[in-house]
Amino acid sequence: MNEHIILPEGSIEKQTTTLNLGPTHPATHGVFQNILELDGERILKATSTVGYIHRAFEKIAERRPLYQITPLTDRLNYCSSPINNMGWHITCEKLLKVELPKRVDYLRVIIMELSRISDHLICNSIVGVDSGAYSGFLYLMQYRELIYEIYEEICGSRLTTNIGRIGGFERNFTNAAFEKLEKFLKEYPKQLKEFENLFTRNRIFMDRTIGCGPISGDRALNYGFTGPNLRAAGVDYDVRVHTPYSSYQDFDFIIPVGKTGDCYDRFLVRNEEMWQSLSIIEQAYQKVQEFKGAEAEVFHADVPAYYLPEKKDVYTKMEALIYHFKIIMGETEMPAGEVYSSVEGANGELGFYLISDGGRTPYRLHFRRPCFIYYQAFPELIKGGMLSDAIITMSSLNLIAGELDA
Amino acid sequence: MSLTNETIKQRLTEKFGDQLSDWQEPYGMLTFTSPKDLNLKVLQFLYDDPELRFQFLTDLQAVHYPDRKGEELAVVYHLHNLADNVRIRFKVFTDISKPDVYSATALYQSANFMERETFDFYGVNFVGHPNLIRILNVDEMDYHPLRKEFPLEDQTRIDKDDEMFGRG
Repeated sequence: MNEHIILPEGSIEKQTTTLNLGPTHPATHGVFQNILELDGERILKATSTVGYIHRAFEKIAERRPLYQITPLTDRLNYCSSPINNMGWHITCEKLLKVELPKRVDYLRVIIMELSRISDHLICNSIVGVDSGAYSGFLYLMQYRELIYEIYEEICGSRLTTNIGRIGGFERNFTNAAFEKLEKFLKEYPKQLKEFENLFTRNRIFMDRTIGCGPISGDRALNYGFTGPNLRAAGVDYDVRVHTPYSSYQDFDFIIPVGKTGDCYDRFLVRNEEMWQSLSIIEQAYQKVQEFKGAEAEVFHADVPAYYLPEKKDVYTKMEALIYHFKIIMGETEMPAGEVYSSVEGANGELGFYLISDGGRTPYRLHFRRPCFIYYQAFPELIKGGMLSDAIITMSSLNLIAGELDA
Repeated sequence: MSLTNETIKQRLTEKFGDQLSDWQEPYGMLTFTSPKDLNLKVLQFLYDDPELRFQFLTDLQAVHYPDRKGEELAVVYHLHNLADNVRIRFKVFTDISKPDVYSATALYQSANFMERETFDFYGVNFVGHPNLIRILNVDEMDYHPLRKEFPLEDQTRIDKDDEMFGRG
């Protein structure tokens, strides 16, 4: 930060300006309101207001059977909804004590890592856009399209996916899905390399992001940071490694960490995570292909009380018909208990705290939304900086309004 | 992974005696309850103790149990020891007519928004919070919507009573 000239008391330049940044400002990428007190273009104080798209998911979930809550989780971090869906299924499976076949775990890992890539890709290219480089965004955006086509092949939808079911997937991956995955794995690394060439050692980009919105590891922990933002500050906490879920312990990958926790480090950490995700997907795809015979057809566990039976069985078998009705009408009582389960979402630890009293719906469900918790640090991060730095800091924190407000 | 649930329980019992109660381990996570005046002392001890080091506040929320007279609201803390990778859950119960609980904001910056959220939805009054105002709901709201006395469905409908959801 440059030395700031101190003006004499009472001079006209000493007056501050109050600026309302958001909630519908094109540069904030979502409904975020910040009331800034500015001295010239320097930020003296910021007050954040949240809650513009609060949709009372926790209340709604108290009247819904488990499978109907999955579409609610879609709408948390909508840039990577499959991770939220899987996180929710994993929570339910933990409550119901369901063991999953390895193949399902690996298929889930493929989907989760794809969505991590699609999320980081958006975030990093938006940092580029906000620092004045639009082309990186255009180059990468078409690859998100390839990822969405893979989702589409598996579950039929693209953005709010509702992918998977309690106990596995709704259907097996088709050959077309694997072909699209192969196409993505072949084409994306080249494009990502080019994106890196455009940005990582670009003088203008480095000048704009180095030292912008930094946070130390201790402060980040105290503020409850998780995910890439925490790792950029030098703390190697990753749920995938600390509490492996969905067989992440079977994969070989590196947790990239930064040092200063500024925008540039956050950018680098996300970039490296995309490479690691690509490697995880390749390993998982390899493992999926190794299953032969009947094992290669497994796509769900045996949980008749929660996993919908096949339609043709519903018409011909009594038992399947009963389960079909009980599931659709939400008449399955779940075991009583309380469970906390978390997954490594694209922007941090996404946790689900589920209390069941033995009824058909959760007694209480709380989402630990990483965005909501680390957004508190935003006024501290931008204090003393320029207005344009605040914009970059906001986009490099990967704030998603849907997740913030739940 | 040297820190086991038994060790944590032992350390806490040495310090607080039998003031801590209701020790459970649902799905492997150590869970216990403390009197509500003691919540900051317990949090501080868990933070400072060289062996325990629960220095990361993962989550904070409340639960409403209308049937438990005198302790209707539970404030639940999820804490994480990142070095040993152990999680614990810690609960404080409070009377709904006087829902005062000490704020953890001095210890954890992250508790700020989470306590505001809990206040917003359950009306838990966090004593010592620097800015305890509504966060997700509109400022004009005069009730706490996640409490159980506010049912979700339209009350004129008879096809969706509690019986349909397994608790008649």
